[in-house]
Amino acid sequence: MSENYTALYEQHKKAGASFTDFGGWQMPLKYESELAEHHAVRNAAGLFDLSHMGEVWVTGPDAAAFLDYALAGKLSAVAVGKAKYSLICQEDGGIIDDLISYRRGEDKYLVVPNAGNAAVVAAALAERAVSGKEGGFDVTVEDVSAETSLIAVQGPNAEAILLTLVPAEQHVLVTELKYYAAVEVRITVNGTDHDLLLARTGYTGEDGFEIYVPNEDAAGLWEALLETGAGHGLIPAGLACRDSLRLEAGMPLYGNELSREGNPYAAGLGPVVSLAKESDFIGKVALSELKAAGAGSTTGRKLVGLKGPGRRAGRGHYPVLKDGNVVGEVTSGQPSPTLGYPVAMAYVDIEFTEPGTALDIDLRGKAEPFEVVALPFYKRQK
Amino acid sequence: MSKVVAELKYSAEHEWVAADGSGPAGIGISAVAADALGDIVYVDLPEVGSTVTAGETCGEVESTKSVSDLYAPVTGEVVEINDDVVSDPALINSDPYGAGWLFKVAVTEEGPLMSAEEYASKNGGEL
Repeated sequence: MSENYTALYEQHKKAGASFTDFGGWQMPLKYESELAEHHAVRNAAGLFDLSHMGEVWVTGPDAAAFLDYALAGKLSAVAVGKAKYSLICQEDGGIIDDLISYRRGEDKYLVVPNAGNAAVVAAALAERAVSGKEGGFDVTVEDVSAETSLIAVQGPNAEAILLTLVPAEQHVLVTELKYYAAVEVRITVNGTDHDLLLARTGYTGEDGFEIYVPNEDAAGLWEALLETGAGHGLIPAGLACRDSLRLEAGMPLYGNELSREGNPYAAGLGPVVSLAKESDFIGKVALSELKAAGAGSTTGRKLVGLKGPGRRAGRGHYPVLKDGNVVGEVTSGQPSPTLGYPVAMAYVDIEFTEPGTALDIDLRGKAEPFEVVALPFYKRQK
Repeated sequence: MSKVVAELKYSAEHEWVAADGSGPAGIGISAVAADALGDIVYVDLPEVGSTVTAGETCGEVESTKSVSDLYAPVTGEVVEINDDVVSDPALINSDPYGAGWLFKVAVTEEGPLMSAEEYASKNGGEL
């Protein structure tokens, strides 16, 4: 596997991070304590390096029509300045990736795939642009992942921290920015102004921002956020707490809950698929059939939340049992730092997916009781 | 870098053994292992009176991120377990060689153990 390093690698080393390979990238797993980092994001703020994520620009007169064809959602319906969570599917409905697309102009979208899938998604988009219609779509697909860094500030203090780096006349751009929207703002680092794309998005279940920044400015922005954020309880946060935060928030992780073998309905992402959009799109026939057959509602397995009364947690691939028989499999699980009990997401046979259903997880040979609960496990107070 | 205590012996599975030959041997996990595991939230120890066998699993340690088996570094009867660490497993992270000790064994035979120097050089610890 190739070893990629983000532009912030030296910052992480200096901060004492332990590293892990994620999607071909050496990423900070934690700095000191992943539990402390988790609680910081829930109660104050955490600073994340997400530069491993991909960034692909789709521009041109056909950009909206093309993304309607290439993705499962209706991207043409997204207003300029807004963002949309979507899926890129195979012809058979299998999920190639989940991604966020930001509409930055009538003819301009920034598509953000997961790290491990960035190259695959960029290639699939380029291929679909050519093969999708007679003569091809009039779009340019440009993968700028390698030169783009992404820094996230997540937590209830995120807005206050951001405002310290934004000139007063632009504060309203930040304070009025809605969830799943993005705006160009001026961020001042060491006396130098940078006009950067600021998005109110995240993967933690808290309020927060994601900032797209050219690699050469990433370290300066990171240091400035750490410095100004320190007084607001901000600490650097690694992938370990990112995983526990997103799990509590019931957000799927590609490779755990989502895969080419799965489908959006079983994953609870049916509403993300726009079967109603006028245009054809890749996966439409298969997804229509899956929905008509009741995938994830009357047949097959469905993604559920499980919580347990004990202290031991179910982990990925552990069997889920009903009366000793295997009826499902855990996709993600761990002790919830916020809630204080073990939580898991699991694909379970449809007849056992009602909230309140008592199931067991096979914890290395010992069946421990768990209960089906509605997702998310954690929802922030607004 | 994770600390390695000079006066202890270590197994390849990252358990430390405090044995001076005068009584039961104290056993715990090294700071190297505790740091790698992350914040520990659950520990399952062998029962007092049970016999553990060097090289065989005798419990488990669960962190927020993962689960690891606990391997007995020595053979013998378990004479005491650390109840504090069962109720507060974070002691293993905060004080792996002190308050975070796990159990004591009346040793009949040691498994293959390393000196602190050897363990530190193999596992990147700091003496």
